[in-house]
Amino acid sequence: MSGDGEAAAWARASHAAALFAVDPLGSGVSLRTPPGPARDAWVALLRDYLPSGAPMRRAPLSISDDRLLGGLDLAATLRAGRPVAETGLLAQADGGVLVLTMAERLGGATAARIAAALDSGEIELARDGLSARQHTRIGVVALDEGHDDDERPPAALLDRLAFHLDLGEVSHRAVKERCASAAQVAAARARLPSVVAPAKAIDALVAAAARLGIDSLRAPLLALRVARASCALRCADVVDDEDLAVAACLALAPRATCAPPIEESEVPPEEAGDEPGSEKNDADPKNDNAQPREAPAPDDLIVAAARAAIPADVLARLATDARTRAPAARGGKSGAALVSARRGRPIGARRGALREGRLCLIETLRAAAPWQPLRRVDAPDDAGLAVRVRADDFRVTRFRERRETTAIFVVDASGSSAMQRLGEVKGAIELLLADCYVRRDSVALVAFRGKSAEILLPPTRSLARAKRLLAALPGGGGTPLAHGLDAAGALAESVRRKGQTPLLILLTDGRGNIDRKGAPDRAKALDDALDAARRLRAPGLAALAIDSSPAAAARADAPTRKIAEAMNGRYLKMPFADAATLSQAVRAAAPAP
Amino acid sequence: MSPLPVKLSRTTTRAIDARRMQAEGALAAQNLSPPDSLAPFPFTAIVGQDDMKLAFVIAAIDPSVGGVLVFGDRGTGKSTAVRALARLLPPMRSVVGCAYNCDPAAPAALCDGCKKRAAQGALKTTLRGAPVVDLPLGATEDRVVGALDLERALTQGEKSFEPGLLAKANRGFLYIDEANLLEDHLVDLLLDVAASGENVVEREGLSVRHPARFVLIGSGNPEEGELRPQLLDRFGLAVDVKTPTDIPVRIEVVRRRDAFERDPARFAKAWSVEEHKLRRRIATGRERVGAVAAPDEALEKAAMLCVALGADGLRGELTLLRAARALASFEGVERVGDAQLRRVAPFALGHRLRRNPLDDIGSATRVARAIEEIFGA
Repeated sequence: MSGDGEAAAWARASHAAALFAVDPLGSGVSLRTPPGPARDAWVALLRDYLPSGAPMRRAPLSISDDRLLGGLDLAATLRAGRPVAETGLLAQADGGVLVLTMAERLGGATAARIAAALDSGEIELARDGLSARQHTRIGVVALDEGHDDDERPPAALLDRLAFHLDLGEVSHRAVKERCASAAQVAAARARLPSVVAPAKAIDALVAAAARLGIDSLRAPLLALRVARASCALRCADVVDDEDLAVAACLALAPRATCAPPIEESEVPPEEAGDEPGSEKNDADPKNDNAQPREAPAPDDLIVAAARAAIPADVLARLATDARTRAPAARGGKSGAALVSARRGRPIGARRGALREGRLCLIETLRAAAPWQPLRRVDAPDDAGLAVRVRADDFRVTRFRERRETTAIFVVDASGSSAMQRLGEVKGAIELLLADCYVRRDSVALVAFRGKSAEILLPPTRSLARAKRLLAALPGGGGTPLAHGLDAAGALAESVRRKGQTPLLILLTDGRGNIDRKGAPDRAKALDDALDAARRLRAPGLAALAIDSSPAAAARADAPTRKIAEAMNGRYLKMPFADAATLSQAVRAAAPAP
Repeated sequence: MSPLPVKLSRTTTRAIDARRMQAEGALAAQNLSPPDSLAPFPFTAIVGQDDMKLAFVIAAIDPSVGGVLVFGDRGTGKSTAVRALARLLPPMRSVVGCAYNCDPAAPAALCDGCKKRAAQGALKTTLRGAPVVDLPLGATEDRVVGALDLERALTQGEKSFEPGLLAKANRGFLYIDEANLLEDHLVDLLLDVAASGENVVEREGLSVRHPARFVLIGSGNPEEGELRPQLLDRFGLAVDVKTPTDIPVRIEVVRRRDAFERDPARFAKAWSVEEHKLRRRIATGRERVGAVAAPDEALEKAAMLCVALGADGLRGELTLLRAARALASFEGVERVGDAQLRRVAPFALGHRLRRNPLDDIGSATRVARAIEEIFGA
């Protein structure tokens, strides 16, 4: 990123920090940037903008329910001989901000708890013999350290955070100016309740959000809050176009799923001719922005502002890629989010006999604690025992029973046989997904054709979503085998980082003819493909290569066979693969649970 | 973290309230506006989502339809609607001091405590709002089913049962947000209790059984993962909710939400007439639902519809009829007709169709086709 770009990114981020600090409760910021001085500077800046004394609590990634929501303080309870509660981080952050580190790996269950607290402003506690309704109003800062598009905080959480910032790799040199002083932010906070947003501003934000392909209705609501905060920060009383542009840039643009057309001919003329001044009459007459002007419809301005805030490459992708219009395509990392709640680690404890699992000592003691006085009376003989534990108290740790498998289909979508092959793969994916009701596995699809590979279906378990994306699979063109394997390798790596087991299924006739550079060179293409395949040779990555070429299948030196060997995977001849055989083969290849 | 001594059970809320007041004082000093969690968003002010609202109204009129599942997009007002529902439920008569909201008019269903008291003399009763209980995420089993009263056990060495959420929800609604994120063992437990109408706790000298009849309401987002089929079948009605795509509707949603957030009290007041009307209609609907006739013709059509759709079991047919009857009662009609059956069939049957994941036709379309076949276009 250029120095200018960095400066602009920082300016935007610092502006967002100020606006968030004006109205933090029940909203939030997602800040995507690697850990480093820039991120630290941003957090420090926010700290400075927030009211003094407002708490800022950091939640570790794998926070347990009793730390997050609260519960029985076991040590204190045993010491005091009466129940002592400990408040959770959500309650401790009341009136301030909860900071989530590595939010891209946050589990769906944790995200849901935080989202519930954000929505309702309270925590319903029903744990460890405690029932309480605790009041908490928090803001959330999700520090997102994800690298690729696939690694994002859970959609349920992102949906509730007003600001989605991408700071990129900003160096500390770019971190200079701040857009407002803490005193200005405090003044804006005081001013906020009296800020008025004309009905027209609301309409314009909703219309602009729709034109940017943003499905969630929370987006325009949050954008409206941003616009109000911006207005308060300017020391004005009525939200105007400038505030709407700020909201568009910080809250709407990052959520866009389609690029709005630049030509805005479809705007009804009467809307464009309507005078914005009419709403401003009832507002503060001193407002210097009150002069009516021949402006385009306000949602045009917002869309234009949002457009300007979307990086050029993203804009290009949005414009060409019709699939991202599907509402779930960008925000829908929820499949992954749920999945990351199922990492192969302990997920709590429940009552059970010792033979059912491993004893969870803390939870057992917790269960035994309230009974101590009773048991001392019932069985005075045990006087020597510090803590009397009965079989009823035993709690066993529950682990996720198995790591989930994500089957990554890498499909050759080139040439004339593409349509038929894709049809079979589609069938196999649907069959596998049908199985997912029971097995809870995910499926992903990478297709390569022409000069590149692309992830057509990010790992998902949702049948509805898979069907939607599979409905329009493109086919035809050259065979960039190496690209396909590289893309699959990256996806497998991200799947593994989420704690799942990737299973790679390559479907090709092995006739690669596009090399890594994108040039048509058959020999170089095979070398590159073999090289890519060797890189996939990693512990824990099961691979399966299915050869769909009828001619080559008989030969011992079939290219697909070589690739299978290179990636240390199994090789299957299947010139007439149909959906059922294919899914059988995949099931057989899946690592044992 | 400093341990915070908090008095538990009945006094917990008060103790936390005290801290809350301190916290609010601190908030005022920090110039952050204190929230208002008192007034929920009015039910009648929810824009669109007619299916969801109707399903809730039907469950309020006839709780025996067996629960409502609301599945769909984020931010469509699922939780809002459930929380608003509490204000619309007709008040119920219950025994004073009973933790299970026992109904004095149903002596067979009384809890043990109330039976004892009834034997000693007349029960004191009171009118109270029907409970709508949230099952919070992260709830532990002991708080759901009830467990040893911690405070009394620790301080007085007494063994006594402290009822849990299931007791609180008796004769009311139990709401599970994000039903698909709930831990499996809790789901099993809830299904078991919902089916039997009774909660049984057996633990080291504690042996309690108490009535637990409630309407289970679940909500969730299919993008978070599919719901277990066993759970799906247990809900009487299932509704799909979608974000509205129509711009004027979306604008109205945002305007109302914004108006509500700016001044909840004023907003609630503006909608109080509508709310009152609906509350009355629900109350009348509930009174008259027993008198609504289901003629043979309607029974036959309901059966035909279920056969045409291959909806398994009698449960579908029964739910379809009950829901149609509740709707008739709500509409002030004396007998169930085609109009009611057509209206409720999608959410009484849509989730009971045998799943064929390879079939591209959605269940909604299949139900619509069957309806057309049987009732005509």
